[in-house]
Amino acid sequence: MNNLKRFIDRVRYDKPLMVALLIFALISFVVLYSASGKNISVVGSQAIRLTLAYIIMLFIAQVRPDTFVRYSPHFYAAGLALLVVVLIVGVIGKGAQRWISVGGFNLQPSELMKLAVPMVVSWWLSREGLPPTLRNIAIAAVLIFVPVLLIIKQPDLGTGALIMASGLIVIFLAGLSWRVITVLTLATAAAMPLVWSTMHDYQRQRVISFLNPESDPLGAGYHSIQSMIAVGSGGFFGKGWLDSSQAHLGYLPESKTDFIFAVFAEEFGLMGTLLLFAMYLFVIGRGMYIAYNAQDAYSRLLAGSLTLTFFLYFFVNIGMVTGILPVVGVPLPLISHGGSSLVTLMAAFGILMSIQTHRRILQQ
Amino acid sequence: MLNIPLKDHFRETRIFGSRLTIMAGFVVVVMLVLLGRMLYLQVVHHKHYETRARANQISPVPVPPVRGLILDRNGIVLAQNYPAYTLEVIPEQVKDMKATLAQVGGLVNLSDSDLKQFDKLRRSRPRFESLPLRTNLTEEEAARIAINRPHLQGVELHARLQRYYPLGGLGIHLTGYVGRINEDEVSAIERSGKRAAYRGTLHIGKLGIEQSYESLLLGHVGVERRETNARGRSLHVVEREAPKAGDNLYLNIDARMQAAGEQMLQGKRGAVVAMDPNSGAILTFVSMPTYDPNPFVNGIDQESYDALLKNPDKPLVNRALNGQYPPGSTIKPFMGLAALESGKIDANDTVTCRGIFRLPGESRPYRDWKKTGHGKVNLHDSIVESCDVYYYQAAVTLGIDFIHSFLTKLGFGQATGIDLKGESVGLVPSREWRKARGENWYLGETVVTGIGQGPILVTPLQLANSVSILANGGRLMQPRLMYAHENPVSKERYYSQFSYKQLFTEEHKPQLDAIVEAMTDVVHGAKGTARRIGWNAPYRIAGKTGTAQVKSIAAGEVYDAEKMAEHERDHALFIAFAPVDNPRIAVAVIVENGGHGSSAAAPIARKLMDYYLLPEKMPALSKATVVTSQPNE
Repeated sequence: MNNLKRFIDRVRYDKPLMVALLIFALISFVVLYSASGKNISVVGSQAIRLTLAYIIMLFIAQVRPDTFVRYSPHFYAAGLALLVVVLIVGVIGKGAQRWISVGGFNLQPSELMKLAVPMVVSWWLSREGLPPTLRNIAIAAVLIFVPVLLIIKQPDLGTGALIMASGLIVIFLAGLSWRVITVLTLATAAAMPLVWSTMHDYQRQRVISFLNPESDPLGAGYHSIQSMIAVGSGGFFGKGWLDSSQAHLGYLPESKTDFIFAVFAEEFGLMGTLLLFAMYLFVIGRGMYIAYNAQDAYSRLLAGSLTLTFFLYFFVNIGMVTGILPVVGVPLPLISHGGSSLVTLMAAFGILMSIQTHRRILQQ
Repeated sequence: MLNIPLKDHFRETRIFGSRLTIMAGFVVVVMLVLLGRMLYLQVVHHKHYETRARANQISPVPVPPVRGLILDRNGIVLAQNYPAYTLEVIPEQVKDMKATLAQVGGLVNLSDSDLKQFDKLRRSRPRFESLPLRTNLTEEEAARIAINRPHLQGVELHARLQRYYPLGGLGIHLTGYVGRINEDEVSAIERSGKRAAYRGTLHIGKLGIEQSYESLLLGHVGVERRETNARGRSLHVVEREAPKAGDNLYLNIDARMQAAGEQMLQGKRGAVVAMDPNSGAILTFVSMPTYDPNPFVNGIDQESYDALLKNPDKPLVNRALNGQYPPGSTIKPFMGLAALESGKIDANDTVTCRGIFRLPGESRPYRDWKKTGHGKVNLHDSIVESCDVYYYQAAVTLGIDFIHSFLTKLGFGQATGIDLKGESVGLVPSREWRKARGENWYLGETVVTGIGQGPILVTPLQLANSVSILANGGRLMQPRLMYAHENPVSKERYYSQFSYKQLFTEEHKPQLDAIVEAMTDVVHGAKGTARRIGWNAPYRIAGKTGTAQVKSIAAGEVYDAEKMAEHERDHALFIAFAPVDNPRIAVAVIVENGGHGSSAAAPIARKLMDYYLLPEKMPALSKATVVTSQPNE
């Protein structure tokens, strides 16, 4: 008994983050129960996944940050190798090669890369003093774009873009000069037509239907229109829990996963949305606080990138559901019913907790 | 040169701090954008999206009303409805129409005409509307569809009411039939702003009573607001506005007399119209041959339709309404009345008939049907014996202008105003009519008009209506098929108002009486042309026979029925009313190529008058005349 208490006391975790994440878990159960049409087994499976993810998170939180530093390149190399394997022998899932089946489990290398890319870029740029030299930035860019291109090739444009963003955020936080930022921005704008020409038809269709969802209300624009109807019809106070007609009558697609926010907004209205947004802001704020107070450049960059990437996931998902961004398959972090992305997300929080709880100078 | 930059912790922290602040600012801005978007969707445009969410779930489904029944005066059903399985498709919900149709075709029998009809509907109707693919499914076919329903997205089985004519062709030319609404009718409905009234209704009256009383029979469409899921399956009815059934129509027709009339013309071509001369109520409205209207309800197949079209007896033609015949001698009572009314000829004036008439200065002979002539005849004799020469002379004396205006006054050449659409008006020739065609009127034409030959044409309905004037003391009635319409729920009845035009006042009674007296002697007099039907009649009949020439006989040629082709023989006509002292029924009979009016047409009129005036003689509607083409077969 005493031993157990001592063990628990020795477990390192960040209390504010932990409380917030538990509240998110509760919100997820409540919304999932409604979105699944009162299917308790969906909530159950989410609970099992979350438990697993919490264990992984707490496990990672115990690891010292310099271990991350040391193994960042190895982790990255392994992830890259798996991406190549996926391309070659990947099992076909949803028409895209994203999975490797390992003993009945589906391993998605792109999920590893969500962590590996910011880790390796942070590692690379923090080896020498900040701000980074142009040469190091160029190498960092290569480190980012090789896996990103492999993922886009799968094809998974959404994940690829977000992983790219997580890497670029590291470079930005490291102090990339504004001149270079300006030049790169202009170059990107100039390259847009080229990107368009290399896109798949279904990807182009998504962009077109995003720009004008009513152009094909029963086809590509359907998701967008129906989710906007769900959100808009929620109004100020919402229709009440379990009363999302859009989800229950089947008009809302992917209501348990990518479009779960539409269910939430329809049932809890603007009031609920404000509270939910506040929760996200709190988590992001805590993450930035951890990043700001981190003790070394690697930790700062990684914590900052993971936090901001979390925010990007949130933004892209909400933007997609409310029709200001195209429909890309990005789940709402911490709420959507989903497997490996949830584990990745909690692992990221584990890294944040590790950074926060392994500081040497303060609080001892 | 070794140039390892020393890590400047303060500088690094400062740079990172400023960059993190910038990102924090970015987070705040993006949050504000998202909040703005939420306000836009959930507050500013809330009403719009709420409406759309409701429109998503609740779809109004029209509930077609039950069409009113058509019954005869005694309540015998002429048109009714029976429930039949209908296979319907909602195009919007079908992903691959070709595959679906093939799949359905594997379960039930789909004919080419079913597919063509469906294709036509698909092009003219909105995508979300349920369109019929097959009607009258058998129980087995319905079961097969029901079992496979989960695999048939957008295909639905409905038990819908189908129009059915239990007596088959009986009275088809008056009841008409309903059929699928065609494209022209769709645009006509839209023009008249009645589109909503026809939602869910697939049929419309095409002919006869079904057509002319369409608005009474149709009823009012109801609406069911059903909650539907994204797959279009309705979950439950939220709200229901019940349809209102159409009114039941009671006709003046007596189905038993109608059946008897058709029976007597069986195997012949002709028409019989019987009416109550005092009210204009049409009692019998026969046009033979008839045809079964039931196949028309859901679209008759081309082969059967062609057969009806090509049938030399032309069963599709409504002879009572649209058959235009030379009236022959049946015009004589009216010409006689014209003579008296003109003031130029007195009832006692005589003409000596030697069997031939010539216009002064012309050599062309106008023959009397009786070669030896009738001798000295006055007006009375001229009608009783049907003397042609008298009327050749009378016509010349009266002149075509007077004849034209007088016959027009009696309703000839005019629509009777019966409650059926597409009535033919016949023709009363005049100088103007000839002039309009760039031709001149010849006196010879006036001569033959006197005996109802030449260009003059009348319909059986007009003949019955005009003989009624003589029966009712000078009124031109508006013939009416409908007796009353009845609200099927409240049972409230609305009776047809009869209307007429008073043509002759009391002062003209002697002239009318003179004609009626002569017509009575046609049937009851020793010399009457229709005395064969009069000798044993328990009531007195006024009538006039007619034999209308179809083929003109060249001078010197002798009419010989035996030698002529059947369709060139004379038409037999008879007009009559009875009882003379209190007329209750007026009849006009035309038997195409039937020969003499006295032998072919008059007996039919007598029978009908017997049935009507002597109720104990009315035959029951025998099974033999109840033609039933069973539904579901």
